[in-house]
Amino acid sequence: MSKILEVNNLEIDFHTYAGEVHAIRNVSFDLEKGETLAIVGESGSGKSVTLRTIMGLLAKNGEVVNGEVLFNGEDILKKSNKELNDMRGNDISMIFQDPMTSLDPTMPIGKQVAEVLRIHNSVSKKSAMEEAARVLELVGIKDARNRLKDYPHQFSGGQRQRIVIAIAIINNPQILIADEPTTALDVTIQAQIIDLLKELQTKIDTSIIFITHDLGVVAGIADRVAVMYAGKIVEFGTVDEIFYNAQHPYTWGLLESMPTLETNTKRLHAIPGTPPSLLDPPVGDAFAPRNAYAMQIDTEQEPPFFQVSPTHKAATWLLHPDAPKVELPPEIARRREIWKKMNPETKKPQTTEKGAD
Amino acid sequence: MADYKINADSFKLAHIEKEAQEHISTPSLTFTQDAFRRLKKNKVAMVSLWILCIMIFLSVISIWFSPHNPNTQHLNWNNLPPKLGNLNIPGFNGHGLVRGEYIDAYKASKVPDGTWFALGTDSLGRDLLSRILAGTRVSLFVAFMATLFDLTIGIIYGIVSGWNGGMIDNILQRIIEIISSVPNLVVVILMLLVFKPGLLSIIVAIAFTGWVTMARLIRAQTLQLRDQEFILAAKTLGESPIKIAWKHLIPNLSSTIIIQTMFTIPTAIFFEAFLSYIGIGIPAPKASLGTLLSDGQKNFRFLPYQMVYPAIVISVLMLAFNLLADGLRDAFDPRSAR
Amino acid sequence: MAEQKKEVLVSVKDLQQFFNLGKKDEVRAIQDITFDIYRGETLGLVGESGSGKTTTGRAIIRLYKPTSGEIMFNGKDIAKLKNGSKEMQEFRRETQMIFQDPYASLNPRMKVKDIIAEGIDIHHLAKNDKDRDEQVANLLELVGLNPDHATRYPHEFSGGQRQRIGIARALAVQPQFIIADEPISALDVSIQAQVVNLLKEIQEKRNLTYLFIAHDLSMVKYISDRIAVMHNGRLVELSTASEVYNHPLHPYTKSLLSAIPIPDPEVERKRRPQPYDSSMEEDGQKRTMVEITPEHFVYAAAGEVEGYKAAAAAYNA
Repeated sequence: MSKILEVNNLEIDFHTYAGEVHAIRNVSFDLEKGETLAIVGESGSGKSVTLRTIMGLLAKNGEVVNGEVLFNGEDILKKSNKELNDMRGNDISMIFQDPMTSLDPTMPIGKQVAEVLRIHNSVSKKSAMEEAARVLELVGIKDARNRLKDYPHQFSGGQRQRIVIAIAIINNPQILIADEPTTALDVTIQAQIIDLLKELQTKIDTSIIFITHDLGVVAGIADRVAVMYAGKIVEFGTVDEIFYNAQHPYTWGLLESMPTLETNTKRLHAIPGTPPSLLDPPVGDAFAPRNAYAMQIDTEQEPPFFQVSPTHKAATWLLHPDAPKVELPPEIARRREIWKKMNPETKKPQTTEKGAD
Repeated sequence: MADYKINADSFKLAHIEKEAQEHISTPSLTFTQDAFRRLKKNKVAMVSLWILCIMIFLSVISIWFSPHNPNTQHLNWNNLPPKLGNLNIPGFNGHGLVRGEYIDAYKASKVPDGTWFALGTDSLGRDLLSRILAGTRVSLFVAFMATLFDLTIGIIYGIVSGWNGGMIDNILQRIIEIISSVPNLVVVILMLLVFKPGLLSIIVAIAFTGWVTMARLIRAQTLQLRDQEFILAAKTLGESPIKIAWKHLIPNLSSTIIIQTMFTIPTAIFFEAFLSYIGIGIPAPKASLGTLLSDGQKNFRFLPYQMVYPAIVISVLMLAFNLLADGLRDAFDPRSAR
Repeated sequence: MAEQKKEVLVSVKDLQQFFNLGKKDEVRAIQDITFDIYRGETLGLVGESGSGKTTTGRAIIRLYKPTSGEIMFNGKDIAKLKNGSKEMQEFRRETQMIFQDPYASLNPRMKVKDIIAEGIDIHHLAKNDKDRDEQVANLLELVGLNPDHATRYPHEFSGGQRQRIGIARALAVQPQFIIADEPISALDVSIQAQVVNLLKEIQEKRNLTYLFIAHDLSMVKYISDRIAVMHNGRLVELSTASEVYNHPLHPYTKSLLSAIPIPDPEVERKRRPQPYDSSMEEDGQKRTMVEITPEHFVYAAAGEVEGYKAAAAAYNA
């Protein structure tokens, strides 16, 4: 496997009237060829800003203070507008949340799909249309050849999202960025779209970055997961590591607050409070004010990443060798049991600190 | 690890104030304050605002402190060029062409020393500056009053139409279409034939045709707002429609209202000027910017200042209103800003 | 609570809501909706977008004038009450709604305390200004917000905090019955649980009855005593929460349940969504809600009842 995208020490500030908003605070991750990386976090955690930066679509008042975004070894942040235009929709393409607004209502869908092809390749109108029909079939629009002249409003929400996906994949992008592509859809349609994305991934061999706040969706689609909170990645690992061997109290909180169909407790476990304002992030660990496990050091110093396994790291002082052992919440303990069954030979997690630069 | 200072207390459980969890750190700004903050950043709009304030102030203060009486005629002193005291500024030194000669017109007309007219006099010997000040006042008064009528009719009509929808909306909208299908000028001329020409009839005439745009805008906004959840919430609480309009609709329509008003005022000024210019507006001897332009235009080739100064005033006035309106729109509705 | 004698608070019978009645673009939003809500319980109303669940809620709270059918509340039919009438005002005080979008449900130009006190003002529930401020402060505290924030404007609050303000506004008039129209679907996961807990807590404190409308089935299962499933403007299944989840009978309910993503990768790898073919509803047969097993209703034609009964028996075998 080779790394197709590397984000290193990214820091982004937004200039607003109230002051500097530190939207992204030292984010690093990488994407390998053919994998699906899910980025989980609540609104304002910086997941969308990170992706816009990768697409070269940072808002005007945003400024990259530090860091690099390497796509096939080249820094996207240093590219000119023209180079970015060549890249967008071709090497990296994006699927947006709302299929109602991401299609042009006044243009037939065949033309919308074919146009993306023609922007980046010199092909005739006719062969572009044929290719459009082929891709629309691929994403599951039945009888696509005869529907090329139809307008978006003639399709249902789920079908529209399929058309959006067709536009995104027609140039066989190396990276597909999906920004909450199923949030606006009903559960049954959501399930279909996720299956479609999984199927397409094997067919066209693309890497997917999937943003969502729905852990259920993550469990179904992701190979690796990055959990973001207040502009930072707080935990990063394979999907099994995140769901069965989570280390960060925020990840615990997320996992606990989702009722499964079996949940029968009197109260759901809720993470108290609200996310901090990034105008004036709290000293130390940003999650500390909402963290039942917060220790004195959390209010004083930001935790570095501690490596749990070669693929798993988490930024919490709980992993420090001197930290006391805490009693796990029942739901997390239950998940740890599954983890032990899956990895019977695992020793105690060997935590080593990895500098946070 | 050297970066981190770890001491004995480091791993003790922290005591977190509940307060910290619900902390709000953004400064408290009301919507209006926020809009005004954005407006202040817009230099063009702020300059326009100041110009307007100064013009309005001067035109009002001239009721009591006018250089001359705007309506007093000095038939011997007619058509005097501008003169500013005894300062010898070209263009303001009282020199002008009299019977083909460039001479001191004030001496020629035997104006006593110490009497001077900053912007000259008109063909009846009235002080032009005083008349411009009085004219601006009249024009602004007409515009403000007409706009006020506009607002009242337009807002009520728009809200009633948009809120009720269905049949009522249908009828009200057809009425609007009929009114707007008749050319303004025809309506106004007919009205001025019925009523006696004068301030009131001009105001009524302008208002009669002007409220249509406001009503349409308000209706469109009301249609959008009426399905907003906070309006539904007020309904489920049992709030009466009139109170919903007053407490929920109007505050949320205020930006539309303010912006549209700022565009209506210059239109009204212009329309009044136009009517006066073609002679069916403010009757003599009252001055308005329109009548001044109309008078000045007669002697434009020989005494350009009689037309140039009123023209400058009306242009600056219109421009300032429009630029301010633009700035307000950007300030109240940040999404529409480029 | 199953064994206490159950008192019906809301009884909806053959409710129909059509829009643009008699015109070319007539929309039959909901048809033949019949169900009861017992005092003190939470009825979950589940369905996908366009299923008519929001319309049902809004018709019951009389934001719409129902086309036909009756809505009995406390023994009075409120479907035909006139807006502004005395009985209507009384109903407005006893029934409240919590809305979906925390950003659109609070008037951006009003202070939080005036938003919350709106109902207090309408129904004259405060003796004087001091009493009003006190009530607002108590409500803010009840929903877990700082009473000092009463003079701030909605845009300064986060989504979860705004939703709690909306809840406080609904509680201000001391209602008995609250319709919650997708109150958590616009919120972040970590905040959803807070709001759900808050709703449960208040329900216990004030003995409230809820109609909880949602599309997130896992949350509905958690909060509801009974669940009604809607599809295409009709109820298709109605029973206790555990019955609907563990012994679903209608194929649409089965399909809906199979599509829920579970936050557990092992389970997800095995999950197979079952498609639902809605053409079975359009075969022209007349269908009604039939009680297949006690308290378990399914929308079925006469010929299908036996099949459902057999399926129900198979679950228990």
